[in-house]
Amino acid sequence: MDKIRASLLKKSIATKIERRGKILSLSCLALIILVVFLIFYFVASRGLATFFQNHINLWHFLSGIQWNPGTIGTNGQPAVGALPMIVGSFLITIFSAIVATPFAIGTAVFMTEISPRRGAQILRPVTELLVGIPSVVYGFIGLQVVVPFVRNTFGGSGYGILSGTFVLFVMILPTVTSMSADALNAVPRYYREASLALGATRWQTIYKVVLRAAIPGMLTAIVFGMARAFGEALAVQMVIGNATLLPHNLVSPASTLTSILTMGIGNTVMGSLQNNALWSLAMILLLMSLLFNLIIRYIGRKGKLNHER
Amino acid sequence: MKKSRVIQLLGLILVGVGISFGYTNRAHTDAGESITAVGSTALQPLVEAAGEQYSSEHTGVFINVQGGGSGTGLSQIQSGAVAIGNSDIFAEEQAGINAKQLQDHQVAVVGIAPIINKQTGIRNLTKQQLIQVFTGQVKNWRELGGKNLPIVLINRAQGSGTRKTFESYALGGRKSADSQEQDSSGLARSIVASTPGAVSYVAFSYLDHSVTTLKVDRVAPTEANVRTNRWKIWSYEHLYTQKQPDQLTKKFITYILSSAVQKKLVKQLGYISVHDMQVQRRATGKITTMK
Repeated sequence: MDKIRASLLKKSIATKIERRGKILSLSCLALIILVVFLIFYFVASRGLATFFQNHINLWHFLSGIQWNPGTIGTNGQPAVGALPMIVGSFLITIFSAIVATPFAIGTAVFMTEISPRRGAQILRPVTELLVGIPSVVYGFIGLQVVVPFVRNTFGGSGYGILSGTFVLFVMILPTVTSMSADALNAVPRYYREASLALGATRWQTIYKVVLRAAIPGMLTAIVFGMARAFGEALAVQMVIGNATLLPHNLVSPASTLTSILTMGIGNTVMGSLQNNALWSLAMILLLMSLLFNLIIRYIGRKGKLNHER
Repeated sequence: MKKSRVIQLLGLILVGVGISFGYTNRAHTDAGESITAVGSTALQPLVEAAGEQYSSEHTGVFINVQGGGSGTGLSQIQSGAVAIGNSDIFAEEQAGINAKQLQDHQVAVVGIAPIINKQTGIRNLTKQQLIQVFTGQVKNWRELGGKNLPIVLINRAQGSGTRKTFESYALGGRKSADSQEQDSSGLARSIVASTPGAVSYVAFSYLDHSVTTLKVDRVAPTEANVRTNRWKIWSYEHLYTQKQPDQLTKKFITYILSSAVQKKLVKQLGYISVHDMQVQRRATGKITTMK
């Protein structure tokens, strides 16, 4: 009798294993959170040093157009104006999203509404293949094909926002496409059935019902694509020209936060103003990706409310 | 259940043995038997090749060579994290480095030449014209007797050793106009080769037939001219160490400076031997003739 009692009161092996698994997965999570916090702390401590140690005016940093840390600019302060890079990054992100969105939505509609079987068999693997191509390959193709094409068609040297847009367009297209397709798939089947039952054609159903219902999901897809475009370094660096000048048109050489960062970081000394200024750029990048994340969460929450209503 | 316990125990023991084995081995090889050199990518091939030769001649000795750029090399040697910091520029020229704490070893010389796209039809510029081109005072090759093509400047990244040398000795200390920047010599050359009107500058080892090499004041960029300082755009490749480097570091630097390495390896890799130089340049840019 006591034996049974003891075995009933003792923790079973399954419980022990479960507890062990719980601890293991929790510690994995804790480690990742720790790493994220350390990265934030490190980038912030270096990036803020520009303003607190080197006493650069934050406004001068954000609005200045001369970038040559280590030398004195025309206003008598070190030339750490990051505006050309900020403008370059935003322009290239917005343009590539504008170009990629119609293509992505069109492909997604075809994949989910018009020909789901062919979509699943051919289009999905192809888009997934596009995701897997390393960015240096995109950059190399951009350098060898897109830049001469832009130079011969639109003039200029070929390096600039326009070439960067073309390269990024191809790079973010698969992300936006597959996420839009997921958003369209998530629209409940009875929406379509109800619409068809009311006598709407397939096009009317897609345009008036399915696409409208999937708007939050597609916005998330676009913001995701923009986040990727904003953070892309290598491919953009190869085609944008990396001139720290405010772009006066789409074919004049420009630069992005990432391209200046990757080019400069090996040539500066830790703790110097040149190095700190680069960390400040990294901080802007980090804050922007945080912002993109917040936007995605906000849209996601709003979308959920819409469906529940 | 018993079985799994035994396996667990065995695994634990194995890991423990592995770690302790690795640790003892690590302590063994670290006992003055390996050094690390970090920095300039322009100097990296030479140090790597010399390091390999050195370890093949001295068993159990390892020279680890990493890139990262001249700035990284100088800051790492200043903080004492590595044994050797590779740099294209004098420590005095780099902001944030206290050159007095470091010992300079000049192991090779690199010449730098302006290159230009073939279509421009220009082969020679005066120093004044070169300055006008790179400071943006001249916008079209027509003004310098070439074809009607806009000038496209391709600079190296800010802080790159090649760019610092070019600005100091080709542009007389002037800053180049803001323009396109590339972070590697190979990319700069291929862009100059494919972009009409483009002009840039690369180390001698990167010169080839895809681009036109410019003469400056009718002096051709050749090794012979660098040795006598008739061609003024050149720089030393430096190995920086602490004032009191350890034995292996000392031996390795002596080895790189030995005529065996200087006569063969340095030349094979496209550098100019320091033994051949007939002039000496100080960090201030002052030139003295060597006897």
